Amino acid sequence: MKSITARRRHPLARYAVLFLALLLFGGGYAFLAPVGGKADASIAQGANAVDDIAEGKKIFEATCASCHGVNAEGTAMGPSLIGVGAASVDFQISTGRMPAAAPAAQMPRKAIAPVFELPLDQRKPGQPTIDTKKVAQVAAFIQSLGGGPTVPTDADVDPATGNAAKGGELFRANCIQCHNFVGSGGALTGGKHAPDLGKASAKEIYEAMITGPQAMPVFNDSVITPQEKRDMIAYILAVQNQPHPGGASLGVIGPVTEGLAAWVVGIGLLVLAAIWITAKRRQVND
Amino acid sequence: MSEPKQTVPKPIAGVSGYIDDRIGAGNFLKRNLRKIFPDHWSFLLGEIALYSFIVILLSGTFLTFFFKPSMAHTVYEGSYAPLRGIGMSEAYKSTLEISFDVRGGLLMRQIHHWAALLFVAGMMVHMLRVFFTGAFRKPREINWIIGVLLLTLALAAGLTGYSLPDDLLSGAGLRITEGVLISLPLVGSYATFLLFGGEYPGFDVIPRFYTLHVLLIPGIILALITAHMILMWVQKHTQMPGKGRTEKNVVGAPFYPAFMAKAGAYFLFTFGVLAGLGTFAQINPVWLFGPYNPADISAGSQPDFYMGFLEGSLRLMPAWEINIGSYTLPLSVIIPALVPMGIIMTGLALWPFLEQWVTGDKREHHVCDRPRNAPVRTSVGFAGITFYGVLWLLGSNDELSVAFDVSLFATTWFGRIAVIVGPIIAFLISYRICIGLQRKDADVLGHGVESGVIKRLPHGEFVEIHVPAREDVAAHLRGKKEIPSLEAPVDERGIPAPGVRGLIGKVRLTLNRAFRADDIPLEEGHGHEEEHKAIGAGSGHKADH
Ligand code: HEC
Ligand code: HEC
Ligand code: HEM
Repeated sequence: MKSITARRRHPLARYAVLFLALLLFGGGYAFLAPVGGKADASIAQGANAVDDIAEGKKIFEATCASCHGVNAEGTAMGPSLIGVGAASVDFQISTGRMPAAAPAAQMPRKAIAPVFELPLDQRKPGQPTIDTKKVAQVAAFIQSLGGGPTVPTDADVDPATGNAAKGGELFRANCIQCHNFVGSGGALTGGKHAPDLGKASAKEIYEAMITGPQAMPVFNDSVITPQEKRDMIAYILAVQNQPHPGGASLGVIGPVTEGLAAWVVGIGLLVLAAIWITAKRRQVND
Repeated sequence: MSEPKQTVPKPIAGVSGYIDDRIGAGNFLKRNLRKIFPDHWSFLLGEIALYSFIVILLSGTFLTFFFKPSMAHTVYEGSYAPLRGIGMSEAYKSTLEISFDVRGGLLMRQIHHWAALLFVAGMMVHMLRVFFTGAFRKPREINWIIGVLLLTLALAAGLTGYSLPDDLLSGAGLRITEGVLISLPLVGSYATFLLFGGEYPGFDVIPRFYTLHVLLIPGIILALITAHMILMWVQKHTQMPGKGRTEKNVVGAPFYPAFMAKAGAYFLFTFGVLAGLGTFAQINPVWLFGPYNPADISAGSQPDFYMGFLEGSLRLMPAWEINIGSYTLPLSVIIPALVPMGIIMTGLALWPFLEQWVTGDKREHHVCDRPRNAPVRTSVGFAGITFYGVLWLLGSNDELSVAFDVSLFATTWFGRIAVIVGPIIAFLISYRICIGLQRKDADVLGHGVESGVIKRLPHGEFVEIHVPAREDVAAHLRGKKEIPSLEAPVDERGIPAPGVRGLIGKVRLTLNRAFRADDIPLEEGHGHEEEHKAIGAGSGHKADH
């Protein structure tokens, strides 16, 4: 006790107190913020829903209608979006798949289209640059056309509430035949492939399951409950991010790269060593 | 290349003297420690396999201390969080424990596995060296057969080994093994029940594989390696043709001390590479695969590389089957499982005898062929490599399809065509290359080496002056041996000798002609002879013609 009293007058004490106070407030805010934020959002949604849909329709007409039709009824260039739901829109745009660049067997994940990026002055360092409001507006428009799965909340996709071990079992039972055992991706027929899951966020994983993009089946809530989805998200994020105790991962795609390494590195080095060892002699004796 | 000195080094003299005084075997030691080993890098390739096997034995013994070969069900509560609370077999659980809880366990597992890969790869490159240099010819056929057996056993050792951890990936391999067994006509279901002790997967397969893996197969491999080494020692090494090298001598370094130092260093190299791979490159991360569950299968399920050609043939095969009554003969499994393996292994085993039959060559060979001087053999070798290579490559067609963004079906069709056309093309191309190289050799001997000196003749023509090849190079080139002909034995009435009569005899004769066709004779005469002499004298070498 005595020592604390003594140090209270230390010149740095003031800063320490300030730091503690900030930490407390900051932590407290972070703790409460998501709840408050969501409340705000839902209030805003109620009030602005009609505006949002109208705004979403505008963006849609400008960027998406060329392929999906003005009323999202579909054209030769792209399927009907009636009934695909907000989740599908959110998934497709936030993974950069939509708006599509050109027809292909499968729309690849790419950088988000400039239309859906925040203007430069609104970007914050270290934050994603996606304009969530615009995406939500387009999603609201599509949702208004024929319903469908809605965008999950942060709590819906929180990996902290999932059980990774259980998720691993579900993942092995449902996903690895296409995505490989840690989600490194794999080939499908017809020029398609199941992508590497390394870049997908918790929300995108959830949305992929409820919307089933392209060749991927839909895993709706009666097949896999929301809790099971969180278990899987917890597992995918855990194995994707865990370190590799055995050294370089070699791409975690199985024995193909291991064989390659054995031949190129193993046999390669040993052949060089053999040449070196036998060459040594000639220098000495000749 | 000095001949070994006649004086015996002191350590040998001392030791052999000591032993001689006691058990009278000193001479044996003296003789053998002075044994000569030729010095060519490709002669060390077999040692990769030998030393890897030593590493396998050591690391494998370590693994047996902790591995539990049991299919008994248990629940994991160990230190790898993403599997906690999951039901699995004792075998898988103990592998996880070796990986995460046993000190040095993961390193040992990885070294064991890398050593297994290098063991097989080492054998393969060694075998290719022996094949392409004709080192399998009389009197070494038996050692060649031993080699083929070793290669086959190594595949069996690998298969039983990587099945042991009972993880999801090796389970896929086990399932294919079962599929192949059960597809055998008549005996299929009995054989499967015998191996698995009942319905697949059952409880017996892991313990049984374990016994095979740590006892039976390594035991036989060890015995065969011993026989291989003894034969090699008794028959002595072959050597590349060269100056002072004949069928009667071996030129190189004595076993003690020179070769022993080299072999020791090479063991350390092998060990170092294996330890390096084991430390820095993750192999078979079973914790990521999860426990085996017959209902699950992962994309990218592949066997270890040495099984890749079987996987590839399975993937290439169209889905054919024959139905007789209630019996199904699944050709789509039997053919890819047995035919390519049969072609490759039987082909390897029979080749020395086939070649001997065709060439009628009953001579002993201790000097190797340079691959170009046996164009048919070399081209058959490359055709074989292509056949194997296409199957092997197609074993990973899904990874190729993703990595290079080509359609999966396209790779399959490419493979189906390439596996038949590829070897033919490879044969033709390597044949032409061999002939070209032979021409070049003949040119070097007959015509000399370009000296870089350009000379202008009185009438204005420019010629580059050639100098005779250096003595040791020339000796190396001149090591070429004629392939014997079967044509000779025709008596005065035009009746061929018994060996080439009848249908088989005709086939033999045709093959023999093919073997000898296009043989480029060395030392052909050439045009501007005088020019060589002019410069040859200056450089101190004497022209050969
Ligand atoms: C170049 C044409 C093109 C443009 C532009 C385009 N799309 Fe698409 N879209 C497609 C095609 C083709 C598909 C189906 C193939 C696929 O899903 O990869 C598709 C699929 C979709 C899907 C998934 C449908 C489902 O069944 O779940 C959504 C949602 C979608 N688009 C939304 C949009 C939105 C929103 C925009 C505008 C920002 C947009 N698309 C712009 C061509 C286009
Ligand atoms: C039949 C094969 C198949 C199965 C099974 C499957 N997927 Fe997919 N998955 C795909 C394909 C194909 C795509 C790419 C779709 C596209 O590009 O439009 C995909 C895309 C995804 C994506 C988006 C990745 C990205 O980076 O944008 C996620 C996340 C995903 N899948 C998760 C899952 C999960 C979780 C499961 C198991 C519940 C699963 N998948 C099962 C085929 C499959
Ligand atoms: C003869 C050549 C051999 C080959 C090619 C070979 C190959 C393999 C392979 C590929 C594995 C899988 C390793 C992994 O988990 O990644 C394995 C496992 C194992 N091997 Fe071998 N092995 C050989 C000999 C031996 C010997 C001689 C022993 C014992 C003395 C042994 C003991 C084991 C054990 C206990 C395992 C299971 C433990 C584990 O997987 O972690 N092996 N072997």
